[in-house]
Amino acid sequence: MGGWAIAVHGGAGVDPNLPKERQEEAKRLLTRCLDIGISALRSNLPAIDVVELVVRELETDPLFNSGRGSALTEKGTVEMEASIMDGPKRRCGAVSGLTTVKNPVSLARLVMDKTPHSYLAFAGAEEFARTQGVELVDNGYFITEDNVGMLKLAKEANSILFDYRVPTLGTCCIGVGAALESPIQMNGLPISVYAPETVGCVVVDKEGRCAAATSTGGLMNKMNGRIGDSPLIGSGTYACELVGVSCTGEGEAIIRSTLAREVAAVMEYKGLNLQEAVDNVIKYRLDEGKAGVIAVSKNGEVACGFNTTGMFRGCATEDGFREVGVW
Amino acid sequence: MGWAIALHGGAGDIPRSLPPELRLPREAGLRHCLDVGIAALKAHKHPLDVVELVVRELENHPHFNAGKGSVLTSSGTIEMEASIMDGKSKRCGAVSGLSTVVNAVSLARLVMEKTPHIYLGFHGAEAFAREQGVETADPSYFITPENIERLKQAQEANRVQIDYTQPIQKEPNDAAAAARIPNGDSQIGTVGCVAVDGEGNLASATSTGGLVNKMAGRIGDSPIIGAGTYANHICAVSATGKGEAMIRGTVARDVAAVMEFKGLSLKEAAAYVIDQVPPGNAGLVAVSSTGEIATVYNTAGMFRASASEDGYSEISIWDSPIKVSN
Repeated sequence: MGGWAIAVHGGAGVDPNLPKERQEEAKRLLTRCLDIGISALRSNLPAIDVVELVVRELETDPLFNSGRGSALTEKGTVEMEASIMDGPKRRCGAVSGLTTVKNPVSLARLVMDKTPHSYLAFAGAEEFARTQGVELVDNGYFITEDNVGMLKLAKEANSILFDYRVPTLGTCCIGVGAALESPIQMNGLPISVYAPETVGCVVVDKEGRCAAATSTGGLMNKMNGRIGDSPLIGSGTYACELVGVSCTGEGEAIIRSTLAREVAAVMEYKGLNLQEAVDNVIKYRLDEGKAGVIAVSKNGEVACGFNTTGMFRGCATEDGFREVGVW
Repeated sequence: MGWAIALHGGAGDIPRSLPPELRLPREAGLRHCLDVGIAALKAHKHPLDVVELVVRELENHPHFNAGKGSVLTSSGTIEMEASIMDGKSKRCGAVSGLSTVVNAVSLARLVMEKTPHIYLGFHGAEAFAREQGVETADPSYFITPENIERLKQAQEANRVQIDYTQPIQKEPNDAAAAARIPNGDSQIGTVGCVAVDGEGNLASATSTGGLVNKMAGRIGDSPIIGAGTYANHICAVSATGKGEAMIRGTVARDVAAVMEFKGLSLKEAAAYVIDQVPPGNAGLVAVSSTGEIATVYNTAGMFRASASEDGYSEISIWDSPIKVSN
């Protein structure tokens, strides 16, 4: 008990047919990020700094859906969002609608540290970024060839499946769905074109301080202006005295379930321990949706849970536990 | 059991000395909106329709900080936001950064019903509004002389002001003011409504112009599910106050959580949650599936009104309800 712990994720909802080399690539990145975090923890960096550091690394690498490598909007552009929360006083910062900020999680941190607000978005957030002198790049920097291809497939899939603008009433075109390679869907998209939404990191440091951060490009082919769960405190990210939580998966389901807050609430009010809380929330509190959760507790524990086909993740604790996985 | 409804026009440092020309129009507004809500419930409208209807009325009323009468950003512009949630299904919709949409709460409902998403902001939300053909107006429609004045004062005092019922203290270092209100800001802002019908259907909606002199792009708690708005099968909550405090406190969500996990009644849960927020920062209205009503705040006052099927009815600003002739 006690000591530091860290978990990172690169999104929940993985294509079961994902080529082996992509899986290995993902595991290498997760390993690298874990190592960066562990090294920082060993140098006594506070949890809030560690989560920012690690998520920056995930944003900069084009592999996962955040920063460079973000999923594309319906117009083929990138709109990124992120949030960060510091457990001890529950300070938080969030941003949405970023198009030129190289590291959204760092801008979220600046919102928390340098403004009287908690959440800035779109033009106002971009303007704030300029005044803070953070690194800015062209929107094209974030767009990868892979994702341009995925967007095309997503549009084709949507035109086959159903009118994406009309919410499903529980019935979908089963016949047409069967024609697709993978009948598994996440957020209305076949898993083969779904970009697991979000990267995240949760940390508890040696002093027992918890922190969490989440960052994403969002849902492939999303409407411009769509905000998901990642920047919403209580949904995609939450940290308090007890715990640090980052979620990933179907954003709308995570919001309806206020998933990140839920983990902390069942610990606080029902006295569940960390793993019980994560399992309970995924099993019983997630409202008709698919998602994954990583969490750390002030006691140095780490836990992951998901009801999706896989979640890119890595976790480690001070007493030597270490795991990197996809399934 | 039976239906119940509660609505608010914002919590804040509302002074008892509030002059009649500021107090009376708001009381009349609360009375009018309560009547609209009651009539809708009596006509067996679903609570989701009721809260939308009532919040539309509050938005149209120029004396509350939502829709027309919204406070201004530091650039003198309007950025409105809102959210709505249906208790039984937990379906929800939210919008932020609107500058031309006459009724933000209705656009939030359309996001919920007409898109696969929950939350649209800024240019994307405005584009969606046009696509849907909702009523829009020139930004000048929303701007009132009072709010231009408030912004001017806030900028002179170099402060983000949340309370708009009174001029900012000219002495930011006024010890009494500082003691009463953390960091010298007084709070208000936001309108909202919660309702339950005889079948236990619950709904909540919240709408606002935000904080006076806020940074452009600033999002508060009102459009954030779990912070300013929440509804499930247990209760419906709409909160008001200092957005940043409501976000970190996940206020609206916590009321339902505390009822469920600690077995508290609605009133106890509401009081418990508001108590966790630093004084002078928060208020909320809530109804439960069994028709209970709670209106709680830790500010000096909260513009509010509520009623239930058993004939109870109240319109208040401070602790003693204003007499309502039934």
